[in-house]
Amino acid sequence: MTRWGMAIDLDRCTGCEACVVACAAENNIQTVGEEQAREGRAMHWLRIERYYEGEFPDVRTRFMPVLCQQCGAAPCEPVCPVYATYRNPEGLNAMVYSRCIGTRFCANNCPYTVRVFNWFDAEFPAPLDSQLNPDVSVRPGGVMEKCTFCVQRIQAGKDEAAQEEREVADGDVKTACQQSCPTKAIAFGDLDDPDSEVSRWAESPRAFSLLGDLDTRPGVVYLSGTEWREPAE
Amino acid sequence: MGRPQAGAKALDGELLGRLDRRRPGLLIGSLASGALVLVFFYCWGYQIANGIGVTGINRPVFWGFYIINFVFWIGISHAGTLISAILRVTKAEWRRPVTRSAEAITLFALAIGGLFPLIHLGRVTIFYYMIPYPNSRMLWPNFRSPLVWDIAAITTYIIGSALYLFLPLIPDAAVMRDRAAAGIKKRFYAVLALGWRGTAQQWHSLEWGIRILAVAIIPVAVSVHTIVSWDFAMTQTPGWKSTIFGPYFVVGAIFSGIAVLMIAMALLRRGLALERFLTDRVFNNLGLLFVTMSLVWGYFTFAEHLTVWYSGDLFEKNVHHVLLHGDFAVPFWTMVVVNLLIPVAVLSFPRGRRPLPTALVGCGVLVGMWLERFLIVVPALSTPRLAYSIGDYLPSWVELGIMIGAIGVFACLYFTFTQLLPIVSVWEMREGWRHAAGGGENGQAAEAAPTSAAASPVPGGGGA
Repeated sequence: MTRWGMAIDLDRCTGCEACVVACAAENNIQTVGEEQAREGRAMHWLRIERYYEGEFPDVRTRFMPVLCQQCGAAPCEPVCPVYATYRNPEGLNAMVYSRCIGTRFCANNCPYTVRVFNWFDAEFPAPLDSQLNPDVSVRPGGVMEKCTFCVQRIQAGKDEAAQEEREVADGDVKTACQQSCPTKAIAFGDLDDPDSEVSRWAESPRAFSLLGDLDTRPGVVYLSGTEWREPAE
Repeated sequence: MGRPQAGAKALDGELLGRLDRRRPGLLIGSLASGALVLVFFYCWGYQIANGIGVTGINRPVFWGFYIINFVFWIGISHAGTLISAILRVTKAEWRRPVTRSAEAITLFALAIGGLFPLIHLGRVTIFYYMIPYPNSRMLWPNFRSPLVWDIAAITTYIIGSALYLFLPLIPDAAVMRDRAAAGIKKRFYAVLALGWRGTAQQWHSLEWGIRILAVAIIPVAVSVHTIVSWDFAMTQTPGWKSTIFGPYFVVGAIFSGIAVLMIAMALLRRGLALERFLTDRVFNNLGLLFVTMSLVWGYFTFAEHLTVWYSGDLFEKNVHHVLLHGDFAVPFWTMVVVNLLIPVAVLSFPRGRRPLPTALVGCGVLVGMWLERFLIVVPALSTPRLAYSIGDYLPSWVELGIMIGAIGVFACLYFTFTQLLPIVSVWEMREGWRHAAGGGENGQAAEAAPTSAAASPVPGGGGA
């Protein structure tokens, strides 16, 4: 069975945010505008967190791309009253947009605060509407959303493999963030396949889980060779 | 028929006479609160039309005023049913003038409290996805979610409270029916009276019905606010995941419930000139209960914060810090003052347990308990684990409008109820009068007969 997972090498991340842009373009993410963003309503599924260490002028910035960790024991799932978010057999925390009634309970219980909410109906004024990805539904207002691990690309990869009558091979599916990363800091693939790139990365002695002591069993693994201070400090 | 009978009749007349006279104050109150009802529905409609984004909530503060008010109103609903049930079960005589007004508060506060989670939804038009109903897709709600428990608990409580308000109302509705001139009013009371004749059999059934409900409603009431607390405590959000939340919420609910009760009773006593029934003794007793709850609440608050502080857990301490010393320190310490220091300082003395001071303390406690809910919801959410997402929250005018409008809806319902039906239970007062006069346990049936149109010799009546 496939278990989709991602590994992010923080030592390679330059914080360029190409992944953030690619994610928004791929997944038809609403652009909310300056005013709404100021109110804390920017809708990025993937964000680069910046943490500063040291005193000026001796400052060091650390970057950390944070996206839905696709937890194996996801706190968001049991609290949803309508099963709008659930764990699918391939290890994804799936969102059923049409099922979501917008209690926002899942977002409150997410320790990574990666869920974003459609506060209003999405607007894609021309010419933005012509760049919408036809493989991804545009979410209505009042609905929760988050990183899907580019589930439409996973689906396309599986379709292609099926047409060629073979199994999905490692590297067949590339997420938008992975594809756009100039330093190749992101690996994506099947964590149950010991030979996949993501599995090899996850074996690294540099690997760790974000807020790992919560035992949410994330599907995203971070790699870092330098010592991290607790982000909340 | 002895002296008690004559006294009882006079009592009936005195109580009901007040209801017949239309108090201009009540009417003005109805109209003023009616205007607020319009504000309520305008704001809600505006939100439905434009999207939930017209509120001030954001990421990470996904829950705001609506959830605060939900918890607040459900808390207030514990004024009635729970308190009146406890008083009935323990046969406290001074409950008699209090129970009806308390039960009405419960029902109306519950109705409003139950609306807030719906107002809060992103897509209120499909709220029924949370209800387990048979559907073609064979989809059930997620029974692991505390929100589904909420629905079950609140529905049970609202049905139970409605029954619990209605049952003791039947004999009084019959009295109103018999006094009303033929017309729409008489028909209205006739429907409510359910064909009450005041026979011994009917009294027997009624008494048993009330007894069973009074016992059954207590665990329901406790469960309701426990489950409301689990909306928070079942998560793993720092500041929320606490085992003390269940009992803490129940205590807070009873505390704020008594506060409303004190205010309502002081107003009723003034407005309907009920000094004879809502005596100083009643206020003294409720005042004692009030200060007890204040102390218990203070103890729970202390216990909650001490354990969090002592644990040294980094994320918990962040929330704790903004509460006690940070952005939320002013509301936090205000809450401590109005919920603990003032009630204890005032209510510890007999002179403080009179109508005016208790009502004023009650107003303070209402503010304090609202702040408590605010301090549970907002600081925890605005201080998430990953510091990058730390946020802020200010309500919008829509949220404020709905909050104030909800108070109007409550007042409107309450004023209307007071105008239509006896806000003091007439037959229970009469029963109390009898007990005081040393009548037998069997007295009810005989007493009730003369007030009913179908006055007939009652078998087993002890009053003759």
